[in-house]
Amino acid sequence: MVIFSAKIINLILEGIGETLNMVILSAIISYLIGIPLGILLVVTNRDGIRPAPAFEQALGVVINLLRSIPFLILLIMVMPVTRLIVGTTLGWKAVVPPLVFSAAPYIARMVESSLKEVDAGVIEAAKSMGASTFQIIWKVLLPESLPSLLIGAAISTTTILGYSAMAGAVGGGGLGGIAINYGYYRYQTDMMFLTVAVLVLIVQIIQMIGMRLARFCDKRIR
Amino acid sequence: MAEEDVIIQLKHMGKEFRTSGGPVVALDDINLDIYRGEIFGIIGLSGAGKSTLVRCINLLETQNSGEVIFEGEILAVMLEARQRRARQSMGMIFQQFNLLAQRNVLRNICFPMEIAGIPRAQARARAMELLQLVGLEDRAKAYPAQLSGGQKQRVAIARAVATNPKVLLCDEATSALDPNTTKSILELLKQINRDLGITVIVITHEMAVIEAICDRVAIIDHSHIAEVGRVTDIFSEPKSKIGRQLILGDAAEQARFDRSRKIRITFDGRSSVEPIVANTVLATKVPINILYAATRDIGGTAHGQMIIQLPEDEGDAGRALTYLRSAKVPFEEVRDGDF
Repeated sequence: MVIFSAKIINLILEGIGETLNMVILSAIISYLIGIPLGILLVVTNRDGIRPAPAFEQALGVVINLLRSIPFLILLIMVMPVTRLIVGTTLGWKAVVPPLVFSAAPYIARMVESSLKEVDAGVIEAAKSMGASTFQIIWKVLLPESLPSLLIGAAISTTTILGYSAMAGAVGGGGLGGIAINYGYYRYQTDMMFLTVAVLVLIVQIIQMIGMRLARFCDKRIR
Repeated sequence: MAEEDVIIQLKHMGKEFRTSGGPVVALDDINLDIYRGEIFGIIGLSGAGKSTLVRCINLLETQNSGEVIFEGEILAVMLEARQRRARQSMGMIFQQFNLLAQRNVLRNICFPMEIAGIPRAQARARAMELLQLVGLEDRAKAYPAQLSGGQKQRVAIARAVATNPKVLLCDEATSALDPNTTKSILELLKQINRDLGITVIVITHEMAVIEAICDRVAIIDHSHIAEVGRVTDIFSEPKSKIGRQLILGDAAEQARFDRSRKIRITFDGRSSVEPIVANTVLATKVPINILYAATRDIGGTAHGQMIIQLPEDEGDAGRALTYLRSAKVPFEEVRDGDF
């Protein structure tokens, strides 16, 4: 069968490498942006520890705006920025900036929802001890919501993976690129199924790692 | 304990909450002096404003009018950093304990010391010392989810006194606990007040809590202080309506016996261990007044008679009579001067 030829296996392995590279890099950068944004949303909320409702609403609008642009459109819209940062608009590296533009606001919302799960009473207790805003964020909000943040990270990363595959349609490389180029343009249905199967497997693994990690660090379970 | 040494003073304090249905007054013109070293109780029905009051003391809420004076200084005008330091000299415990779920017991107790910038090793040593004080030295590595309610509150108490506060605020600290655990937690609070010299402020809706540990009490009702005084004085003679209601219960206010029916119960040798009057009261919730009793226990059986008075309310009186009838207790109605 075609599928098991060395050439194909190499191609797939290369695709996996590219996909993992762009997903992991995008996820890291998106989290570096998304966590502070998520914290800002929670802290400046009307019921937050530093209420600034006008700021929170403005930030919320910007985040929603970015989130409502379809990824494929965003991919094309940010091409000038991509060329500026990466130097090209082709290959897996060129997919990272649009992935970050799309994932960071999504992650900001995920982080916001995780942080909001922290019991208001615990925050009140920290305040009663004279904790500063930074201490409450660093010592209460983040550690107390860690399990939920990890579950969110698994969901966000798999979402980024899905988007990264979409980028294959515009020369983005990775497994998505293989599925489009071989499976769609060249009618090699078996190739398409194979890449999709690999993608499914990667999603499963990421999800499993996230859940296991969350369970492992959650001290609420006896 | 010098009674004149005021540690916390509330002057004309008022607090309003803005809600969608317009402003709601939570506290109105509250004046209180809390003395250093005492256990001060604040009691009221839920919604009376007592939790808001205690939150104004440690600035979790800011009052709209009046002043909170802590050790002679007005809290509201302090700079933020000073306010945080003032908070560090007031520990607080809560109904729901509010421990950090992702930290073990030892690290929970270290938490306020981390905030105050106490070196790690010193904080750990102090935490172990406090665990001994609250009797949980063997649970240092346990997580809150592995502890019972009473144990969680002990950890919370250790945490609240870790930074050597001058005041310990207790917001319904025993309301989520069973009676036995409540008793042991109250003992611990008393011990902390006595041995560490910490002024304790107890917020509760349970009269038993006030009775058990407080020196003085303020009764708060509909955003106002109804009365303040020594617990012994208020318990023996509550002056406000809400005070009588809280201390004597509803029955004392309602039942009237002026022109009510009197019943003679005859004991004709039924078992003397059967508490007829108490059973009637418990089963029907009708207060009964004993006017006269002459009964004798002869070899485990009761002989004699008792005159009881039923409330004026016909329904109540009827229920008590129905119960007596169903319990096969012989009785007859008597007139004034007939016994």
